[in-house]
Amino acid sequence: MELTTVWFILIGVLWAGYFLLEGFDFGVGILLPVLGRDDRSRRLAINTIGPVWDANEVWVLVAGGATFAAFPEWYATLFSGFFLPLLLILVALIVRGLAFEYRGKRPSAAWKRGWDLAIFWGSLIPAILWGVAFANILRGVPIDSSHEYVGGFVNLLNPYALLGGLTTLALFTLHGAVFLALKTDGPMRTEAGRLAERLSLVAVPVAAAFLIWTGIDNLDGFGIALSVSAALTLVGSVVLTRARREGWAFASTGATIVLAVAALFVTLFPDVMPSTIDGAYSLTVTNASSTPYTLTVMTWVAAAFTPIVLLYQGWTYWVFRKRLKLSDIPG
Amino acid sequence: MDALDLSRWQFGITTVYHFIFVPITIGLSALVAGLQTAWVRTGKETYLRATRFWGKLFLINFAIGVVTGIVQEFQFGMNWSAYSRFVGDIFGAPLAIEGLLAFFLESTFLGLWIFGWDRLPKRVHLATIWIASIGTMMSAYFILAANSWMQHPVGWTMGDGRAELTSIGAVLTNSTTLVTFPHTITACFLTAGALLLAVSAWHLRRGNQDDVFRPSLRLGAWVVLIAGLGVLITGDLQARVMTEQQPMKMAAAEALYENTSSASFSIFTVGSLDGSEELYSVRIPSLLSFMATGSPSGEVEGINDLQASYQQEYGEGDYVPNVPVTYWSFRLMIGFGALAMVIAAAALWFTRGTRSPRSRWLWIAAVGTVAMPLLSNSFGWIFTEMGRQPWTVFGLFKTAESGSPSVSTGEAATGLIVLTVLYGILAVIEIGLFLKYASAGAPVIAPETDEADKPLAFAY
Repeated sequence: MELTTVWFILIGVLWAGYFLLEGFDFGVGILLPVLGRDDRSRRLAINTIGPVWDANEVWVLVAGGATFAAFPEWYATLFSGFFLPLLLILVALIVRGLAFEYRGKRPSAAWKRGWDLAIFWGSLIPAILWGVAFANILRGVPIDSSHEYVGGFVNLLNPYALLGGLTTLALFTLHGAVFLALKTDGPMRTEAGRLAERLSLVAVPVAAAFLIWTGIDNLDGFGIALSVSAALTLVGSVVLTRARREGWAFASTGATIVLAVAALFVTLFPDVMPSTIDGAYSLTVTNASSTPYTLTVMTWVAAAFTPIVLLYQGWTYWVFRKRLKLSDIPG
Repeated sequence: MDALDLSRWQFGITTVYHFIFVPITIGLSALVAGLQTAWVRTGKETYLRATRFWGKLFLINFAIGVVTGIVQEFQFGMNWSAYSRFVGDIFGAPLAIEGLLAFFLESTFLGLWIFGWDRLPKRVHLATIWIASIGTMMSAYFILAANSWMQHPVGWTMGDGRAELTSIGAVLTNSTTLVTFPHTITACFLTAGALLLAVSAWHLRRGNQDDVFRPSLRLGAWVVLIAGLGVLITGDLQARVMTEQQPMKMAAAEALYENTSSASFSIFTVGSLDGSEELYSVRIPSLLSFMATGSPSGEVEGINDLQASYQQEYGEGDYVPNVPVTYWSFRLMIGFGALAMVIAAAALWFTRGTRSPRSRWLWIAAVGTVAMPLLSNSFGWIFTEMGRQPWTVFGLFKTAESGSPSVSTGEAATGLIVLTVLYGILAVIEIGLFLKYASAGAPVIAPETDEADKPLAFAY
C-alpha cells in the first residue's frame, strides 16, 4: 500500500479515536444541565470523565500534528480556510478545559454556575462545529489553483454542513448519555438510560438523513456499506439501552461513531479536500502529502509508539472501571 | 496593521503567555514528584502535605498551560499557512511526534495521578507523576527541535518549492537543539525553584507551618542556585552556537555595528542604539568577545558588515532585526535570572542553621523572586524570536512570506482580539486561584480509613 494511503487511513483512525473518546466527554458536558440538578450530581457527572478527558483531547492534537506532518497542504488549506470556526472551537476548548479544573476551586455558587456554563457551551460548540467542518470537507469547498480556500465564512454554513453539525451533536450527546449510564450507579444511571432512549429518537433520524444525503451525493459502494453498518449499530444501541446492557450499548454508539468516520474517509478518498471550483484544484492524498522519506519516518514512529499509547490509555480505563455513585463524591 | 502584523502580534502574545505556565509545569512536576518520593521513602507526613500543597498549585497552573497549548498547534495552520506549506515536510514531524510520545504520556498519567491517590498502590501512584513529568520534558525536547530548525535549518534539501526532510536524525540532534534544550530545562527548574522560595517565604514571614515551608524554602533556593548555574553554563554554550549560526542576532544583542575584536559588553546603554554615539553606557571589557567566541580577543561581526554580506548572499533587503528590542530583551533575560540567583543565595545565607531573618525587606525580596524567572523566560523567547527577524527560517524563508493568504485582515484581527481578551480574563482568574491556594497553606492530612466506600481523594 502507498504510504500516502497508509497516512490517510491513520489520520482517519486518529479522528475516529478523537470522536469516539472525546465524543462521550462532550456528551457528558452537554448533558450537565439536564442530568446534574444539584451541585453534587453535577460533580458526579464531571468525575466520570475526570481522569480521561484531557487524554481524550490529545487525540485531536495528534490528529492535527499528524496532518501537518503527513499532509502539510491539507493542514494549511484546512486550518487557514476554516479560520473562524476553528477560532471558536479553540475558545470553547480553552474555557472547557479550565472549567473542569477550576470549578471546584471556590465554594461560591455563582463561580460554579459560571464554569458549568463553560462546560456546557465548551462541549456543545465543538460537538456541532466538528460535524460542520467535516461535512464541508466531504461536500467540497471553493479551493483555487494555489490550494487556497476562497469561500469565506458564510459559505461554510450550508444546509448539508449544518445537518452534519446536528449529526455529530446528536451522536455525541447520545454517546455521552450511554456513557453516564455505564459509569454511574443509583438515580443517575436510571435517568441517563432513560434519556439515552429519548435522545436516540433524535439521533437515529438525523444521522440517517445525513448518511443518506452523503450516500446520494457520493455513490460509493464501500462507503454506503459502512454507512449502513453505522445505522445498524446505532439502532442496536437503542435496543441495548432499553435492555439496560450499558456496556454493549456504549460499544454500539462507539461503533456507530467509528463506522461513520470510516464512511466519510472512504467516501473522500483519494481526495482529502475536494475543490468545488475545479476538480483539478482538489487536494488529494498525493498532491497534499509530505515526501516519502518523511512518511517513512512517521510510519516507524507511529508503528512503534501507537501500541504503547493504546496500552496505557486502556489501562487508565481499567483503573477507573468502577461505577461512581453520589456517595463517592466528597461533600 | 495588515493580517501579517496582526498574526505576528497574536503569535507573540499567545506564545509568551503559554510560556509563562510551561516552565512552571515542567519544573514543578519534577519537584512535586521528588517530594512525593521523599514521602514514599520516609513516610513523613510533612512530605505528603508538601506534595499535596505544591501539587495543587501545579495543577492550577498545568490546566492553563494545556489549554493555551492547543492554540499553539492550531495557529501555524490558521495564521501561517504559507509557512506551513513550505516547511510541513520537516516541521510537522517533531510536532506530531511530540503529540504521540509526550502529550499522550503527560495527559494520561496526570489523570492517573490526580484521580489515582486511592485507586493505585503507593509506588505505582508515585510512578505516574514521574512519568507525567518526563512527558513534559520530552514535549519540550520535540518542540525545541522544531524551533531550533527555524533558527538553524539542518537535514533538509530544497524540493519543489518547499523544504524537504533528508535526515530526521540531523533535525533531532541539531547542535542548536542540543544547547537550547538544557538551557530551557534548567530555566524551568529555576522558575519552579523561585516559586517554592517565594510562596514559602510568604508563609514563613507569617509564622505559618514552619515544618512544611522551611524545608520548601531551602529546597527552592537550592534549586534556583543549582539550576541557575546550569542556565549560565548552557546559556554560554548557546551564545557561541548562536554567534556561529546567527551572527546578526549576537550583533543586534549588543547593538554592535562594526566588526570588533575584544568587544566589550554593555550592561546598559543610554542612547538610541542606532549606531550613532551613545550618551552613556556601563561596559565590561572583552566580555562580548568571550561570550560570542570563547576568547576575550575574538572578533565579533557587526551589524553593518553583516547587512552588507547578507545583501550579497540573499539579495536586496533589510536583514537587521529590531535592535532596541533585541538589545534590551537580551539584558533583561540575563538580569532577571541573575537577580533570582542573588536572592536565592541570600535566602540560604539568612536561613542557615535555624536562623530566621527579621528584615521585612528580605522577605519582600524573597516573595518577589517568583516574578523574576517568569520575566527572564519571556524576554529570552522574545530575544530568540525577534533576533531572528526578518526570517522565520533563518536564511531560507522570510516572515513576510509566511502568513495565510486566505485569512483576511478582519479575521486576523478577530483572532488577535478574541485570544488576547480571553487570555487576559484567564490571567486574572488564574492568579486569583493561585493566590487563594498558595495562601491557604498545606492541607491537614485526614487519618487513613479502611472503608471501601470512602470518597475519592482528589475528585473535581
